[in-house]
Amino acid sequence: MARPVNRHRLRVGDGAVTRSVILTLVLATTGLALIAPLAVIFAEAFARGVPTYLEALARPDTLHAVGLTLLTALICVPLNTAFGIAAAWAVTKFSFRGRNLLLAVAELPFSISPIVAGVAYLFVYGAQGLFGPFLQAHDIKIMFAVPAIILASLFVTAPFVLRELVPLMMAQGRDEEEAAVSLGASGFDVLRLVTLPNVKFALLYGAALCNARVMGEFGAVSIVSGNIRGQTSTLPLQIELLYQDSHAVAAFAAATVLAGVALFTLVAKYLIERAERARGEIVAPRRPGH
Amino acid sequence: MPRPRFALPMLSRQPRRSVIPGFRLSLGLALLYLGLIVLLPIGALLLKAADVGFERYIAIITSPRTLASFQVTLTTAALAALFNAIYGLALAWVLVRYEFPGKRLLDAMVDVPFALPTAVAGLALTALFAKNGWFGAPLAQWGIQVAYAPAGIVCAMAFTSIPFVVRTVQPVLEDMEPELEEAGATLGASDLTIFRRIIFPTIFPAFLAGTSLAFARSLGEFGAVVFIAGNQPFRTEIVALLTFIRLEEYDYAAAAAIAVTMLGLAFIMLLIVNAVQAWHQKFAMGDA
Repeated sequence: MARPVNRHRLRVGDGAVTRSVILTLVLATTGLALIAPLAVIFAEAFARGVPTYLEALARPDTLHAVGLTLLTALICVPLNTAFGIAAAWAVTKFSFRGRNLLLAVAELPFSISPIVAGVAYLFVYGAQGLFGPFLQAHDIKIMFAVPAIILASLFVTAPFVLRELVPLMMAQGRDEEEAAVSLGASGFDVLRLVTLPNVKFALLYGAALCNARVMGEFGAVSIVSGNIRGQTSTLPLQIELLYQDSHAVAAFAAATVLAGVALFTLVAKYLIERAERARGEIVAPRRPGH
Repeated sequence: MPRPRFALPMLSRQPRRSVIPGFRLSLGLALLYLGLIVLLPIGALLLKAADVGFERYIAIITSPRTLASFQVTLTTAALAALFNAIYGLALAWVLVRYEFPGKRLLDAMVDVPFALPTAVAGLALTALFAKNGWFGAPLAQWGIQVAYAPAGIVCAMAFTSIPFVVRTVQPVLEDMEPELEEAGATLGASDLTIFRRIIFPTIFPAFLAGTSLAFARSLGEFGAVVFIAGNQPFRTEIVALLTFIRLEEYDYAAAAAIAVTMLGLAFIMLLIVNAVQAWHQKFAMGDA
């Protein structure tokens, strides 16, 4: 005889024993795998007290690295945001052949190792690269200097804003823009007054992610920067230099700055998602990726 | 019909012409940018690799040190993906199926490895597994060494790819209809049978896609690994590091050959992930 279907019957895995075993294992693993690495950074940085931490943070080479990292982010985030808006506008407001190809090419940096990206840039702007002879003849220095750091950072973060905008702008369609145009609005007015306000949270979130990744990029930048101390060390490279020189507290102090940026980004994500839900707007499907 | 949240947005072709202006400007800017920032360096790498020549390429790739680095990288990435397959599935399950205090916080914590720079992750893991570290000290009593050993590489790769499986499985698990499970239960199936026969097959394509993404990411990981690996040739030297070392030795042919092989591997993984996602989309459509 079949059991009557009860609306409140337990679903799979809801038994008290199963539930507590799974929950305990997952929470314990999370503590070890996610929380401990985050905690150890701050524990090591403050191991010898706050004054030592502040002193370690105020080293001239660390401060210089902070400055270079800020400069890189200040250039890369607006550029990749502008690219994201332009590409998302082209792809979602118009129909043309090769739209999917364009998106696939834009997503390539997510699949390519930062090391490969760094090597590839070396073969464009390095002495033995595509433009090497030309750049040398005209005494233009790109490789092992700040421009290369910026270019490599642009590569690894190119898709960040675009991938947040495209699913949302697809879901929102073109009706509002078409209405605005039929009422006589210019293209830039439509973008400024209709499209961007509709996607402002996704735009902010994409820019925040882009910023976190630019500030933290290590592999690609370590190849193209030449890692010249006090000149082309960004903050992640500075962490490695300090660690190699056994300045543990200084390395962890510098790491707290980047960990702080990461935590700030996650808090921003949380707040943005809450604001989206509160406004009841179409929430963009989020995909994993880096 | 819900679109799977992790898939590339596939755009349907809409026949009507758009009245919105700015097509040429926006497309032109996007193509110029992609050409300069993304395609130019990839093209330069391919050209450089073509310069190496076939025989020399084979000699570089089949040299014992290169082969050893590929073996180390593939094995450790596979183990890291295995860890994340199990932990990621369990974590997604807990986040979707159970209510408990701190659930929102746990959900937010999942993204930490994506937000935290890899160098910072590498530094933190090295501190944890150092001889006198929080994990290293107790493990040393058991005679287990993680830092400066292959196990350390696995830990670094596993950490940096934690979110992939969770974030691909989570939405599919959320969308599952309880009726299917109830039907199974009504017919007298045990929890384990229902999970094995109904739930797991439904989430399997997403699960596979997430695991492949985690594996692909681990293959190219550099920052977190170099801190903890010890970087001994033949033992704990990953492919990305060997590329870096060849550059520092000014051996550009070897760097180009190894880098282009990594690029090829990344393309193969991309094709696999896309095939799995297409399969998954077919699944999702079948349900609707």
